[in-house]
Amino acid sequence: MKKPAEIVILSGKGGTGKTSITAAFASFANNAVLTDCDVDAADLHLILSPEIYHSQNFSSGAKAIVDNTTCTLCGQCTDLCRFNAIETKDNELIIDEFACEGCGLCAIACPAGAIGIENYLNNIIYFAHCRFGPMVYGKLGIAEENSGKLVAKIRQYAKDQALKSNTDFIITDGPPGIGCPVISSITGASLVVAITEPTLSGWHDLERLIELIRQFHTPIQVIINKYDLNTNMTNTIENKLKADAIEILGKIPYDESMVYALLEGKTISEFEPEGLVTTQLKRMWNKISSM
Amino acid sequence: MKIAITSGKGGTGKTTVSTGIFHVLTKYMKYNVQLLDCDVEEPDCHIFIKASRSAQYDVNISIPEINADRCTFCGKCKSDCAYNAIVMLPAVKFIEVSDSLCHGCGACSFVCPEGAIMEKNVEIGQITHFDYFVQDEFIEGRMKIGKAMQSRVIRETVKHGQDKGILLFDSPPGTSCPVIATVSKADYVVMVTEPTPFGLYDLKMMTETVKKLGKKYGIIVNKAGLHYNPLYDFIHQNKIPLIGEIPFRKELALAYSKGKIIAETDEEIKKIFLGMINKILNEKAS
Repeated sequence: MKKPAEIVILSGKGGTGKTSITAAFASFANNAVLTDCDVDAADLHLILSPEIYHSQNFSSGAKAIVDNTTCTLCGQCTDLCRFNAIETKDNELIIDEFACEGCGLCAIACPAGAIGIENYLNNIIYFAHCRFGPMVYGKLGIAEENSGKLVAKIRQYAKDQALKSNTDFIITDGPPGIGCPVISSITGASLVVAITEPTLSGWHDLERLIELIRQFHTPIQVIINKYDLNTNMTNTIENKLKADAIEILGKIPYDESMVYALLEGKTISEFEPEGLVTTQLKRMWNKISSM
Repeated sequence: MKIAITSGKGGTGKTTVSTGIFHVLTKYMKYNVQLLDCDVEEPDCHIFIKASRSAQYDVNISIPEINADRCTFCGKCKSDCAYNAIVMLPAVKFIEVSDSLCHGCGACSFVCPEGAIMEKNVEIGQITHFDYFVQDEFIEGRMKIGKAMQSRVIRETVKHGQDKGILLFDSPPGTSCPVIATVSKADYVVMVTEPTPFGLYDLKMMTETVKKLGKKYGIIVNKAGLHYNPLYDFIHQNKIPLIGEIPFRKELALAYSKGKIIAETDEEIKKIFLGMINKILNEKAS
């Protein structure tokens, strides 16, 4: 059984077109497992309208809870906590649930055994079918933490699914930024496709993403979306990428059809099968899939 | 008064709004205001706010270092580590802490019966102060590339803010821990969205998050013009104050691409910003 190639679509900056491009690639690949690892703002399902056949809760974090009837207010936990999450107010111990990182040190140290650790089970992983193949995606619980763990779990399930159905590719809509969920989505991936736009912010954010990806030795190629919004900036980005020996997978013009396709719940390739954007994206996917 | 500018979805115009509001507040309304860039993974405010650097501070955490010679491989640190950050292979006398998984909580060194765990400082980010129209008006938090402790850098950045009038936080996108680290410190939350299905879906998640945190909030619709009714239906049905709308125009996108403050592109946009600021100040007071 061969190992599926895992293509992760990223962009340091949000709103550059990651999800629309992922959906288009999904429509071209007829042998892929699709995943959405942008777990805070999982939007791919809005285009792919998957049918969920199984879902499961997943715990990615824990919080300390205190029993104030046994607490002696000795203050040891407050002194030890590195997240400044524990304070005493009106003779009661209060845990700031948003500052607590669930390390459990307070529970270990408490001489009265008054502190426990509770797992949060607010995250959900969905297993589904969509018109382009199997799909695995996650939804982070509201105000939940540690999305990196959830991303790792989704990727693991996607791999299991790909091996089971003997598919060649896993196409992943990744999270924005360069923090823990991004790191969790690139380790060991076959290729990162970074989407940028010709703006100073787009370039600034891409530069940081490239540096991150290089630390993890994952191959990277870049797509410049809406390249004609500022052609000078596009040229600058192209030159900088060339100097950095990073391959440009392609460029896509600004096209309002991307939004209209979305309004109809379609990929751009379904909305305008003969359109320029579709042709360009098809060419890029062919390049990726023949690598 | 502390105001967080957020959006569930990235790229809706958070930074456009926060830098615009900040600039208009200080330049035209002469407010005592400070802008904190809390999007520490991709801090972009500095592209628009051309300010001069006045001070810089490192953000460090303590990461354990295990002395394998003193270690008896009892496994206590490994089983008490909540983040699976300790790799231990007793057969080959190997034990190590993974820097990228460790949260620096100190549990391992606390439980080690052999005193084999020491700690070293690791830099995870930087906080920079800038002078704009007024000294120390703009503060940026920036996570070091390859580190995964964004919430810690944000919490440290927020501590640098001095609320002398208005404190503005440019939040990271999403609804998870880095956003909570920012929004939980604010008393009013501005949610920036765009009139698309993605914008609406992510706005719903953001609304749930802000409600859970018990904050007052309002909405700014950016790139307005596409009459996507479900968004406006959602705003009306939930009686969420609509602070304002910024129209979609190619000139604005071009100005943004060059790092210009769009509130300065023409009088109409400036007026929109003035109107939005007044509305936020009134909403907050009500």
